Amino acid sequence: MNDMSPESYVTADGRTIGNVVMDMRDITLKFGGVTAIKDISFDIREGEIRAIIGPNGAGKSSMLNVISGFYTPQIGEIWYRGKKRPPMKPYQVARQGIARTFQNIALFEGMTVLDNVMTGRLTHMNASVISQALWWGKAQAEEIENREKVEKVIDFLEIQNIRKTPVGRLPYGLKKRVELARALAADPQILLLDEPMAGMNVEEKEDMSRFILDVNDEFGTTIVLIEHDMGVVMDLSDRVVVMDYGKKIGDGAPDDVRNNQAVIDAYLGVSH
Amino acid sequence: MLYRIAGQFKTSYQKDQALFPVQQDAWLLGIILLFAWLILPLTASEFVFQTLLIPVLIYALAATGLNILTGYAGQLSLGTGAFMGVGAYACYKMVTIFPDLNLFIAVLLSGTFSAMVGVAFGLPSLRIKGFYLAIATLAAQFFLIWLFEKWAWLYNYNASGAIQVPNLDVFGIAVAGPLATSMAQYYFILIVVTLITVLVINLTRGNQGRIWKATRDMDIAAELIGINLLKSKLMAFAVSSYIVGVAGAMFVFLWRGAAEPNLFDIELSFRVLFIAIIGGLGSILGNWLGAILIVALPVILNTVPGVVGLEIKSATVEHINVMIIGALIIFFLIVEPHGLARLWALIREKLLIWPFPH
Repeated sequence: MNDMSPESYVTADGRTIGNVVMDMRDITLKFGGVTAIKDISFDIREGEIRAIIGPNGAGKSSMLNVISGFYTPQIGEIWYRGKKRPPMKPYQVARQGIARTFQNIALFEGMTVLDNVMTGRLTHMNASVISQALWWGKAQAEEIENREKVEKVIDFLEIQNIRKTPVGRLPYGLKKRVELARALAADPQILLLDEPMAGMNVEEKEDMSRFILDVNDEFGTTIVLIEHDMGVVMDLSDRVVVMDYGKKIGDGAPDDVRNNQAVIDAYLGVSH
Repeated sequence: MLYRIAGQFKTSYQKDQALFPVQQDAWLLGIILLFAWLILPLTASEFVFQTLLIPVLIYALAATGLNILTGYAGQLSLGTGAFMGVGAYACYKMVTIFPDLNLFIAVLLSGTFSAMVGVAFGLPSLRIKGFYLAIATLAAQFFLIWLFEKWAWLYNYNASGAIQVPNLDVFGIAVAGPLATSMAQYYFILIVVTLITVLVINLTRGNQGRIWKATRDMDIAAELIGINLLKSKLMAFAVSSYIVGVAGAMFVFLWRGAAEPNLFDIELSFRVLFIAIIGGLGSILGNWLGAILIVALPVILNTVPGVVGLEIKSATVEHINVMIIGALIIFFLIVEPHGLARLWALIREKLLIWPFPH
């Protein structure tokens, strides 16, 4: 029952996992007659890598969309940093420090890599339109200050050589990395990754895994990720939520989940 | 060769973000500005002023306004002509109610009225997209033209139903009305257009520009990274309509001299849209290239055959003009949706590395 205790603890590899930062309580999400998520509760602790796994159609992406405010659950509460989150628009959730990447790459194709990553900083920029039009004072200072932050992220993800390339010209693997860069540039408290390794070859997966671990390690960012590659999930994550048909069938450390009979059934298939 | 950038090192982000990271671009613009501010106005004839220089400036400004909305923020609008009309009528009311008002101030203020109207008609943009939004702006187009005709207060209850520009001067120089010289009008327009273009360039390369482009490229992702879509779109409608309104005010006050409601018909909306499409959506330079092409094409078709000894009737010239513009639009939509500006960008990219292929 170690995961349920409110105190922080230190993992075997020396990272500190803090208190609960986000608590999902009894979430139910329906689309008309279809229940995508059925009465699910789980928590996310500060600094951990939390995976959500499950077979196709289990409701994982819906869960992520609930966290990022894109869907509003019919029943249930989301507690963020000890406060119940009122119903919010997605852009307001983003401004609370929750950034995400998408299952199908959602970059701004008409812009360069640099501009795409700069859009990640826009929640930190608030110079007036007048100041921006004059390119003077606060607007210019902000532009330079945020460029420095963005360049750090670009360095970190090793995409310096493509920073002025239009995103439309990049191959798939690099686009995924640019998307991660855009999310990271926002300095998020919680980073949501929707299948960060989908469609990648082994080498690209290794790179991405390394980046995810480094982000968590260096910046202490809490990460919630959805992934189908079981090897990757078990290696990366501290705790795993397993979903099937919109229900939670397992929750705990990777090893516990691996030996959970309900999880094995869900993946190997039994008659329902 | 001329475009070589070897040796131009950027040592700070400020320098890298400068308006012209490549020095040659600054030189090129300097030469163009020299022509625009000195050589052309000092050498141009009355005919050149009225058929080329002044219309290019005004259409380029109107297209810049539309390009912010359609090219940067991705919201298609067919109401440009009517928004130009709002600017023109607002300016007319202001100079007739306050005859001592400086025309610069009147022109710049008239944009605020079209901005307000633009925001009102932009409200549906949060719910409807693409062609459906275009239809909604089309409603604005027809409604406003109807209003210009029926609301007699707008044209001071003239029997003709048209607005006639009075004689107006700025700092003792006549700029509007029958007494004004073309050169004075040209400089008046040039000052306003230069000012607004500089502001627009800054706006589109900074944070607001990225917000608009993100809204255009993928609105769902834009919202999930923290963009308030309604604010972004309404800001685009406001800035766009403001510029279009200023262009409309100058269109009537410093070029046409008089206006009837049907001057702002859908044909004008389409002409500005064509300039933006042929020039290049999502580019400031494109508005200028497009305006030069659309304004100069009929003039060239009218004069060149005569010079080489061909006799073509003016009606035929008009037909040929329409055919060429139609063909160009189809060509650009299929081959190069980003227009003349993208062609120039490709040429420039090649020149930067010339004579090497990579």
